[in-house]
Amino acid sequence: MIVASAPIQRGRHAKLLVVDKNGRIIHAPRSSFADFLRCFDVVVANDAATLPASLTGFHEPTGEAVEVRLAGSSSLDGDDVTHFVAIVFGPGDFRTRTENRPLPPPLRRRDRLALGPLHAIVERTLDHPRFVALRFEGSTASIWEGISQHGRPIQYAHVHTPLALWDVWTPIAGAPFAFEPPSAGFVLDWKTVGSIHQRGADFATITHAAGISSTGDEGLDRRLPFDEPYRISAATARVLRRAKSNGGRIVAIGTTVVRALEHSALIDGTVRAGDGIATQRIGADTPLRVVDAILSGTHEPGTSHYELLRAFVDDATLRRAADELDARNYQTHEFGDSIFIGRRVRCAARTKPVERLLAA
Amino acid sequence: MATSYPTEIRHDILRGVRVAITGGTSGLGLALVRECSARGARVAFVARTRKRVERVAVEIPGAHGIVGDMAKKEAIHPIALQILARLGGVDVLINNASSLGPTPLALLADTECEAFEDALATNVLGPFRLTKALLGALAASARNGRGAVVLNVSSDAAINPYPTWGAYGASKAALHHMTRIWNEELRDEGVSLISVDPGDMDTPLHALAVPDSDTSALKRPETAACELVERVERALGDSDRIAIGASVMNPQNLADVA
Repeated sequence: MIVASAPIQRGRHAKLLVVDKNGRIIHAPRSSFADFLRCFDVVVANDAATLPASLTGFHEPTGEAVEVRLAGSSSLDGDDVTHFVAIVFGPGDFRTRTENRPLPPPLRRRDRLALGPLHAIVERTLDHPRFVALRFEGSTASIWEGISQHGRPIQYAHVHTPLALWDVWTPIAGAPFAFEPPSAGFVLDWKTVGSIHQRGADFATITHAAGISSTGDEGLDRRLPFDEPYRISAATARVLRRAKSNGGRIVAIGTTVVRALEHSALIDGTVRAGDGIATQRIGADTPLRVVDAILSGTHEPGTSHYELLRAFVDDATLRRAADELDARNYQTHEFGDSIFIGRRVRCAARTKPVERLLAA
Repeated sequence: MATSYPTEIRHDILRGVRVAITGGTSGLGLALVRECSARGARVAFVARTRKRVERVAVEIPGAHGIVGDMAKKEAIHPIALQILARLGGVDVLINNASSLGPTPLALLADTECEAFEDALATNVLGPFRLTKALLGALAASARNGRGAVVLNVSSDAAINPYPTWGAYGASKAALHHMTRIWNEELRDEGVSLISVDPGDMDTPLHALAVPDSDTSALKRPETAACELVERVERALGDSDRIAIGASVMNPQNLADVA
């Protein structure tokens, strides 16, 4: 695959690889996404706006330059903006690949970090020299103002020009709780939302605090995604119930939506309105109870995003899709092309253990 | 007619509604912040001058003050982010911040291009950018049965060609027409956009435009604010503007999403 290096959310030539219910692969312009929907389907997107979560400054005890990347928070409450977990790098910026970024100076509990107008205190160190829990000082208003004005979107070396907030702000963005953009949502403009309605399908949103996608450290990366809070409104829960009872499919825009809806349904298989914290990992062995199809970016094998796709289809189909993505020069990463994969009919192999348990 | 409603019901419509108001520290904007807060709305207001923002935030406890310049492209997303963070979303946006263009007012042929650009930046592009940045949140409010309204403050100068009001009048005409087109386009999303002329008011903007006017003949901004808020309340209650996704909602269900 080719790396998408220009920060364009909806390129005119963006492509969509569709894996249909029989495992056949179809290529289409991504703008025609709604053509693959049916009456009573519901498209669910993550409407979290993206925080400018990269904050530069210095480590007060040593005076050394640092870049702090806010990476997670336990709350979707705008008045609770003091506590975050964060990844800290030494000097440098996004132009250096995260794997090659120097470590920050040794961080200790109660160390102060001066980040432009913001002041943060290391509350805890978290078993890795780059990983800490931070607390911002000051009023809620001053912290939000400081993040809004001093922060920049988290960015990786494959995009060469500095990102502005509007580059990562999706058309459907609402409350600012994502640390990196829920980039599968880049597919949606208002014309597409209109097309979804015209197909007789519904459109709904959840808010999920998408965390960071890479820390530059293999060991830390294996722990991604971190726990992510989410919120599902009563209206969205209702639309999902209606789709299910009408035989429509639940189409998730992006992995964060899958994670939130499936977490919400862990108790009894139905999505409940309210707040939760998604803690689970989704992979080949995860039975999907709610989501029937996913529209996602193209992901390399080995990433947590790719693992999640394995819950939808078998590995042979995913390998065929990966070969096609390569052969047809699909673009990868957040500003790249997309895939649309429906869940194979519930796999008999997955129900067997339950049957065995019931028989026992 | 407003008098036909029992007072407590009329005043309840805005209770808990999340309202963002630009130009909220003087004239009509300040009166709107006071009026919406008095009716129980959760208010965030935007203005350029930090001292004034802080003063209004002290005067009206609970109102969230945000410092930002609507005329600057780079300021819009930080403003939107703070509005959404402090209110948790937004149901009503009132684009009130306005620029006269050249002061004292000038014939169009004597108007510097930069002064014209300034009027367009504040009166058209600023509202366009902020509305666009908040549209995801507004449409979500509509889907959740809360309603979603954008009120753009217009002027009779948007319709009538008053000599020396060229930059202001042309920019308000553009705002007015943008509002009408956007309102048509967003019908299915349940977002209403309305453009309202509040009339000639005794405000700092009017004093700048017409320094020697008889202020006793002008409308008080508090009166205009009350009228505008009632327009917003009517638009919020407009039942044919429920988003498609929320079309099966019944009033009983509204409580659990509020």
